[in-house]
Amino acid sequence: MTQDPPPRPVPTLADLFLTYGKIGLIGFGGINAWARRVLVEEKRWLTDQEYAETLGLGQVLPGPNALNAAIMVGDRFHGTAGAIAAPAGMFGGPLILLAGLAMLYDAYGELPTMRAVLAGVGAAAAGMVLGTAAKMTEKLKPPPALLAVGLVAFVAAGLFRLPLPYTVLGLAPFGIWAASRARRAP
Amino acid sequence: MSAALFWQLVLGFGAISLVSVGGGIAVLPEMHRLVVEVHGWMDSGDFARRFALAQAAPGPNVLVVGLFGWHVGGVPGMLTAVLAMTLPTSLLAFGFSRLRARLAGRLWLKTIERGLVPIAVGLIAASGFILARGTAEWWLPVAITAASTLFVWRTDHSPLWVLGAGAVLGLAFL
Repeated sequence: MTQDPPPRPVPTLADLFLTYGKIGLIGFGGINAWARRVLVEEKRWLTDQEYAETLGLGQVLPGPNALNAAIMVGDRFHGTAGAIAAPAGMFGGPLILLAGLAMLYDAYGELPTMRAVLAGVGAAAAGMVLGTAAKMTEKLKPPPALLAVGLVAFVAAGLFRLPLPYTVLGLAPFGIWAASRARRAP
Repeated sequence: MSAALFWQLVLGFGAISLVSVGGGIAVLPEMHRLVVEVHGWMDSGDFARRFALAQAAPGPNVLVVGLFGWHVGGVPGMLTAVLAMTLPTSLLAFGFSRLRARLAGRLWLKTIERGLVPIAVGLIAASGFILARGTAEWWLPVAITAASTLFVWRTDHSPLWVLGAGAVLGLAFL
């Protein structure tokens, strides 16, 4: 596709709060895949590259990476107010929902019907997350060295279950080295 | 909620949050140590069931600390645990975000950001794989995961469709 994309919209403060509220409430299997879906595909506030860079920084900082990314996205569009609105939306809805679930759990324990539905949703959510990773890789078109770093990250964290701090901090120098090589290449 | 409990939650989860590089779930073993071994707030089975409950619900994975807080101190315990787990690192991320804006356009920062991208994507793939392995007890969940992967990868339709289909299939067959 060679045509120029239309100019990307800029969210208002209320947009940020409500959109992150939605991301939080539909975020089965973790926030990140859904945040990409909504921010990049539906709202077009960020490109795939921008979203992935923000999330990458969110992962090297301590703390929940989806939260770190939300703070950076909020700050990018609306400064301090945005950095509060985005995470407040992201946590608010699910927190209320979780309080309700905690009450139900205390009262009813584990109902077989509920477990069956959750198992089906869990399997579908896993596919949603895997499909997002495939889609991002396709869109970002990483050069081979960066692709290799991504594959190692997948194998280390997914197959060998290495603790995430080792995976993230151990691979970061290789990723940065690969990125600087790719930059110098013609 | 007693003052002693309040400070145990604040200091316990606050300390854990500061070492949670790579995400809140990376420190699950640390949480187990705090909640089960140090304070004896619940046993290992209860810990695992509450973790599964938080995983099944939508929202940030780190909200599982809210369930631990709920267990020991009701709503105040829930809010205390979540804030202790998120506030210190949020301030750090905000400070970093400001620094990043000031350094925007520097070539070395751009290079670092590009270098972290594949790690971010690789870890998304890893979390999908771990989720899939948790549900893959026989062929149907595996088939649901595979179909959902293709649907989300190859089409631009909302992933809520596959979640709905997963719920219906789960109800009917699992």
